[in-house]
Amino acid sequence: MKANTQRLGCTHALNAILQVDGLGAPRESLSATYFRKVFERTRRELCGLAKEGMKDIARFMVSREAARRGMTEFKRYLRVLPGTQPDHLHPPYVSSRKRAPRKPLVHLPYTISEVTGPVFDPDLAKPGSFDLTRQHSGEPLGERIVVSGRVLDESNRPVPHTLIEIWQANAAGRYLHTVDRHNAPLDPNFTGCGQVFTDELGHYRLVTIRPGEYPWRNHYNAWRPAHIHFSLFGPAFATRLVTQMYFPGDPLLQSDPIFNCVSDEKARDRLVSVFDWESTIPEQALGYRFDIVLRGREATPMEA
Amino acid sequence: MRLPATTSQTVGPFFDLGCAPLYRTELAGPGVSGERVSIQGRLLDGDGQGVPDAILEVWQADASGEYAQQAGLNSKAGENAFFGFGRIPTDADGNFRFSTIKPGSVSAPDGTRQAPHILVSVFARGLLTRLVTRIYFPEEPLNESDFVLRMIDAGRRGTLMAKSVSGRRELREWNVILQGTNETVFFDL
Repeated sequence: MKANTQRLGCTHALNAILQVDGLGAPRESLSATYFRKVFERTRRELCGLAKEGMKDIARFMVSREAARRGMTEFKRYLRVLPGTQPDHLHPPYVSSRKRAPRKPLVHLPYTISEVTGPVFDPDLAKPGSFDLTRQHSGEPLGERIVVSGRVLDESNRPVPHTLIEIWQANAAGRYLHTVDRHNAPLDPNFTGCGQVFTDELGHYRLVTIRPGEYPWRNHYNAWRPAHIHFSLFGPAFATRLVTQMYFPGDPLLQSDPIFNCVSDEKARDRLVSVFDWESTIPEQALGYRFDIVLRGREATPMEA
Repeated sequence: MRLPATTSQTVGPFFDLGCAPLYRTELAGPGVSGERVSIQGRLLDGDGQGVPDAILEVWQADASGEYAQQAGLNSKAGENAFFGFGRIPTDADGNFRFSTIKPGSVSAPDGTRQAPHILVSVFARGLLTRLVTRIYFPEEPLNESDFVLRMIDAGRRGTLMAKSVSGRRELREWNVILQGTNETVFFDL
């Protein structure tokens, strides 16, 4: 009897939800399992919305208080889009287990400290530091590639004159680093470190060799897909980003816990570069395009 | 239309290779005015082990509370201008140390003054995104009214304080505990 009442209550609730969603009425007879599933999913979604809503309210109250005091608000940066940035703890990535904080993060409103940041002078990069194939007397082994793209913010505006640092393994999958014990050979003609600044339209271009895949000890028979590490500053402390660029069609991507650290498949896909005929140099190097998006500002700055 | 920001990935264990050119542990040249401080500490994981493969990046205002806003650090960085950026690697035992000047107070969004602080990003193998925290100075009267400190449980504020070592104001200890009972306060930015 009780179960039946609950079920009727659920039908009404579900009906309402489905109608609001424009999905029409539910099927006449719904199983208890189906109810529970939909109910649980709806509950989780509502909890998520409520949490986000509370954060929005808190932000609004801070802004309103600032407005009341006649403060002119400076540019704010957008908060993370859910599902697109990793949590600190991602158990399949074993190293995160003892290093990820477990206590909740404290929500930090943007202040002058976070919206400013180091701006490096373009003469910091040594001439030629964009070309990793010409840092030694000979040429490194491996397949020459051109990696180019644009650095944009979340409003599709270019991020000009910003520093990009990259590092990577050689063609055999070995880093020139004392900690790297992989028994693949080092290449005397390859260091694997580069620097470049974006131009006024946010474009950058690097020349390097395609890095090799390499084993690591995260789990049995674990191999990292080929990748290049990217580090970017952007205009503020808030825009700092360290990421990794992957290559299209790499079969190791699906089992890599670092690549798979976010639930949003599109977000993961954006870490994979795109083969690009346009930047390919005939008889010399294949081109890959990798666009990078840094944290953007809120569209409407608050009025005093 | 919002383009979502690129997903963060860990720096991994080999970041030295790309990051070493910008290592900078002495932030203030001899001509920079302000109260000099050296900040030293250890970066510890959930087992209390030192983290040998990490870097801290710091960003701070000068002694008068101004942030460097123009292209500053270059290949021939000046000795008299304060740039406010540091990148400090941990050693094999997880120790780090940098020297700088105490920053001045900067404004808060609500029109009050923030207590002097240094912003810190922590990057390491195992961290898929950086951790963000702040260093404060326990002797500062503005700590009482600082709107960021007030958002933090009183019992945890101490994790952000750079305490004097043996009563010497110029030498400070500040540790970063990634996980556990005395976990450092980290911020969601």
